[in-house]
Amino acid sequence: MNNQRRNVLKSGTGAAVLGALAAAGIIKPGVALADWNKAAFEAKSMADTLKALGAGAPVESKDVQVTGPDIAENGAVVPVGVASSIAGTTMVAILVEKNPNALAASFTLPEGTEANVQTRVKMGQTSNVYALVKAGGKFYMATKEIKVTLGGCGG
Amino acid sequence: MRHTFTILLAGFACGLLSGTAAASSEMDAIAKYRELLADGNPSELVAAQGEELWKTKRGPQQASLERCDLGLGPGVIKGAYAKMPRYFKDTGRVQDLESRLMTCMENLQGIEPKSIVDGKFLKGEREKVAALVAYVVTESNGARIDVDMRHPEMKKMYEMGKMAFYFRAGPMDFSCATCHGEEGKRIRMQDLPDLRTQKGAAAGWGSWPAYRVSNGEFWTMQHRLNDCFRQQRLPEPIYGSDVTIALSVYLAATAKGGTMLTPGIKR
Amino acid sequence: MGNPMKIRAAAKDGVTEVKVLISHEMETGQRKDANGAVIPAWFITELVAKHGDKVVLQSEFGTAVSKNPYLAFKFKGGAKGDKVSVSWKDNKGDSRTDEAVVN
Ligand code: HEC
Repeated sequence: MNNQRRNVLKSGTGAAVLGALAAAGIIKPGVALADWNKAAFEAKSMADTLKALGAGAPVESKDVQVTGPDIAENGAVVPVGVASSIAGTTMVAILVEKNPNALAASFTLPEGTEANVQTRVKMGQTSNVYALVKAGGKFYMATKEIKVTLGGCGG
Repeated sequence: MRHTFTILLAGFACGLLSGTAAASSEMDAIAKYRELLADGNPSELVAAQGEELWKTKRGPQQASLERCDLGLGPGVIKGAYAKMPRYFKDTGRVQDLESRLMTCMENLQGIEPKSIVDGKFLKGEREKVAALVAYVVTESNGARIDVDMRHPEMKKMYEMGKMAFYFRAGPMDFSCATCHGEEGKRIRMQDLPDLRTQKGAAAGWGSWPAYRVSNGEFWTMQHRLNDCFRQQRLPEPIYGSDVTIALSVYLAATAKGGTMLTPGIKR
Repeated sequence: MGNPMKIRAAAKDGVTEVKVLISHEMETGQRKDANGAVIPAWFITELVAKHGDKVVLQSEFGTAVSKNPYLAFKFKGGAKGDKVSVSWKDNKGDSRTDEAVVN
């Protein structure tokens, strides 16, 4: 995949370029944005996913948080939030270690958008959930275990 | 059939757990989980479809439902559900929301109720009724449960509903009260309120229709009751039939004074 | 085209909070139907939120994002009456854009 183009698109100038392209009618606004990071989303292990995201070995940080319930009644809908108080955070991602593909979602944050995003993810089983954060070209992370009770007696 | 049987037994085995300390802290965690989902309850999407359906000209008569009278006058939706079921003069019957919507769809749009009564949940016109229900009940969220029990037909339905609630039947000799007539009962991590009390009925009646997290589906009260008949091992009740409406009258009347928190979010 | 999204945007103390609910199956491609046939993956891959013309969030989803995706985030600026739009695109090439007014 064309990493060069991807990086351009993901940076602030990328947005401006896109805006121009959209204005020129070359791309439909909001539709033909960055290439979906197939390699990262299809990676299986945490290590491969981090590699595909160019994250190498992220540093654990207290300034990064994963929020969510201690127990999720239903693994199909698990509310998860990631937040970072590290200045210059430009990307946050949610990874579920024990899912078939660890990466659930990634968010690119333009200047002015808070590094605090909530969504809902599927979890096949009880697992560690990771928040991966990119700030100033470096990667940081935090983790939280979320238990999943799969129907039945919740056992 | 075999499948439901196992589920039921599991349910009862779990029910026995209620009251232990471990179970109660787990219940707190689950309560927090449901709370996190309440904001952005996916029912909102169903309600949005319902609103669109309400305003869309459909059926052989190519009409919208904007003149449908849910008891507060043609087209008035706000607060209408909190006063249902109710006696409707034009049909001469007590109707719950689903059966009333069928009346409107038939009279205004020319859509045959048969297609809904004989249909399947979450399919075809019955699914459309559910979307309309989601829209209508959202407009009663926060309203006081206030069914008008003065009409003799309402009183009759109440008595019938009460009888049905306590009527033991089926291979297990269960009644609704077997599962819903006890304080603090739990089956499958779902607190089951004592539906015989005002507080319990308000909690139960007032939080349906609901989005069910376990299957990602929006269920109307007809659907809820249908499933409880199944749990009771009874034949499926006819959609919108008197016994289902009577049970709703009994529940709503018992819940009177409580608050509608609709659509709810459930297991 | 899909069904409409629900977008709520509220401005408070110079920060706008956006909450989005999207109607989408988010099929993982790992489930089987009643006949044992694999249900093909069908999921949103990209999503962009804008305040006026400015991109305020850009995201990529995998199949692990729940059915009927929910998203909440905050950006600086935004005032009552401004427009916030959200667009998504899925792996089948379907897309949709909805708009909401900040209140
Ligand atoms: C075998 C046990 C059983 C019987 C019998 C039964 N139910 Fe239920 N009922 C349940 C369970 C379990 C739930 C919760 C289901 C869930 O959320 O998965 C429930 C939920 C409900 C609710 C919603 C309560 C709430 O707080 O969400 C109502 C109302 C209700 N039942 C009414 C009835 C009526 C009326 C009858 C008789 C026709 C009946 N039930 C018979 C087991 C039963």
